[in-house]
Amino acid sequence: MKRTIPLLISAVTGFVLIATAFIPKFVDWGNDAMAWFNLLAAFAFILGGGNLLKMQLQKISAQQPGWGYSAVTLIAFFITLFVGLAKVGVHPNINFPEFAWSGDYLSEGSAFWWLFEYIFYPLSATMFALLAFYISSAAFRAFRAKNTEATILLMIAVIVLLGRTYAGVWLTGWLPNEPILGSSGITYSDFHLPHLSEIIMDDFTTPGMRAITIGIALGVASTSLKVLLGVDRSYLGSDQEA
Amino acid sequence: MYKWINPAIKRLMILLLISTSGVSLVSAAEPPAPPTDFRAEDVPGDAGTAIDLFWTLSPDDEENTKPRKVLRYVISRKVADNKDAKFENIGEPTYRVNTFRDSNCKTGVPYLYRIEAIGQESTTSTPVEISEPVIATLQWFNLQRSWFAVFVILICGSVIVFIEMARRGKTLKIRKIAGLEAIKDAVGRATEMGRSCLYVPGIQDINDIQTVAGITILAQVAKTTADYRAKLEVPTSRSLVMTTARDTVEAAYLAAGRPDEYIEDDIYYITDEQFGYVASVTGKMVRDKPAACFYMGAFYAESLILAETGNSVGAIQVAGTAMPTQLPFFVAACDFTLIGEEFFAASAYLSGEPQQLGSLKGQDFGKLIGGLLLLAGCLIMTLSAFEGRGESQEEQSQSFLHSAQTYIKENILGKGGF
Repeated sequence: MKRTIPLLISAVTGFVLIATAFIPKFVDWGNDAMAWFNLLAAFAFILGGGNLLKMQLQKISAQQPGWGYSAVTLIAFFITLFVGLAKVGVHPNINFPEFAWSGDYLSEGSAFWWLFEYIFYPLSATMFALLAFYISSAAFRAFRAKNTEATILLMIAVIVLLGRTYAGVWLTGWLPNEPILGSSGITYSDFHLPHLSEIIMDDFTTPGMRAITIGIALGVASTSLKVLLGVDRSYLGSDQEA
Repeated sequence: MYKWINPAIKRLMILLLISTSGVSLVSAAEPPAPPTDFRAEDVPGDAGTAIDLFWTLSPDDEENTKPRKVLRYVISRKVADNKDAKFENIGEPTYRVNTFRDSNCKTGVPYLYRIEAIGQESTTSTPVEISEPVIATLQWFNLQRSWFAVFVILICGSVIVFIEMARRGKTLKIRKIAGLEAIKDAVGRATEMGRSCLYVPGIQDINDIQTVAGITILAQVAKTTADYRAKLEVPTSRSLVMTTARDTVEAAYLAAGRPDEYIEDDIYYITDEQFGYVASVTGKMVRDKPAACFYMGAFYAESLILAETGNSVGAIQVAGTAMPTQLPFFVAACDFTLIGEEFFAASAYLSGEPQQLGSLKGQDFGKLIGGLLLLAGCLIMTLSAFEGRGESQEEQSQSFLHSAQTYIKENILGKGGF
């Protein structure tokens, strides 16, 4: 029963929603299903918050290495929760000026907005900015000319890299728009780095990406079917009763 | 004495400027010419709630005229079978726009539409009405998606057929996937080194199919860690994923005969926030130095931060995702990457269950259909290009190949098809 009922619900819901994609009258049912999911996720968020508290408190009480970070996490958690729930510093809504709490907790100037704008946002941006350094280190490893394939990859990467910046124009912009050795089709300017980069991206990268996308679409269809038909139940546990 | 001279000169200058700029102070703006060929059509394949309107732009609605003679169009509507009904404004598309969709229609009600062009100083053109009322009708089946329906039936049908064949004992050959073979080696290495295995199931919720695929792979990884008695940690960025992962890992340990070694607290929730989650997981990596890292699910910008950190601590890394934009990052930074369809095939491959392997054959059939369509499309497009050489556009559009090419583009490919 523990797995049969969820399987039944998911199978019926899944197949009905597939059918609604072809029946205009019921095409909004998918949105309704998403609203139901959001309700469930909201309840699960309490579970997540509880788990976060439990884990961090355990670390602090056991004085595990790095327990100070857990203390910071908990302090930040409670301050944000309080500031958001109590609507600290919120300006009253223009329609209800007599009620101090009638404004939106996200409105500009509120404490919650301040936390988001001046703490959360810069911290997120800092993490995101690290990506630039990681891209450099990953590129350094990926583009080492270890063998023939890696050398080809390196050459193509250099063309695309230069072709997508002004360096490409600067380096090859002087190539004249004249036919090579009197041939009719090809000109010197065809070897402009931006042009070569465009050819690589449009004629080689795009078909490759499309092939991957087709494979992904088929994989999604197959996995969805396995889940709906109950062929793959591992996400609900094993075939034995737990 | 000279006080009056300055204002007089100013007035003179203004008059001079106005006269030279060609703007008349007395003549009012003329109303623009009305749009022509105004027509309305029921939107095909909808729930009977929309009507499309088309018109030819007013002759005064020119692209580069300044100031513009037409500023916008006003569309009005009234119910046709009600004598007392008046035209009501339903939309005001801007200049150079010649279509409008009325999405607030009632099914089965006849409507009449009117259009006017609005010019400078709110001058209005002569209104143009459609001659016959139009009714928005409900379609029970979206015929525009009929080719898509055919493909869904073909591909899903083939998956089901192959699953059934596998159930009946037909042996299916599946090629080796190096990334999946490496999972056992990675877990074995972690056991030997006495370090943990880290499993990241992406940053999306359980309603994302990639997360579901990631969780199904987690079941197989957990079985392996249970067999090898390695420590498995699963930090999640969604509460529902945490509960699902806990059930999955618990059942895997149970199936492996080691339920007592399952530790619930090793599967925990961090935060929904993308970079907060990344900060926590990478911090964990640097402190604990896991020997094996698995990234299976939906990833965005955090993919490379995670994979590079894992690389820097010397972990064996296996990644799998269906996010095409993140695949290059994983390929560059991880030891093995499951690309797109391999990621979805992983659960079936690792479980080795015949009926799951059957679904992979169904996928192959889908690829066959896709490949044949691509070939046919390329052939038709190429032949059409050769056939159209030296012909006028009208002659080209009449040819069979051109019609076939248009039909494929509009029906078999795109929104309503493959």
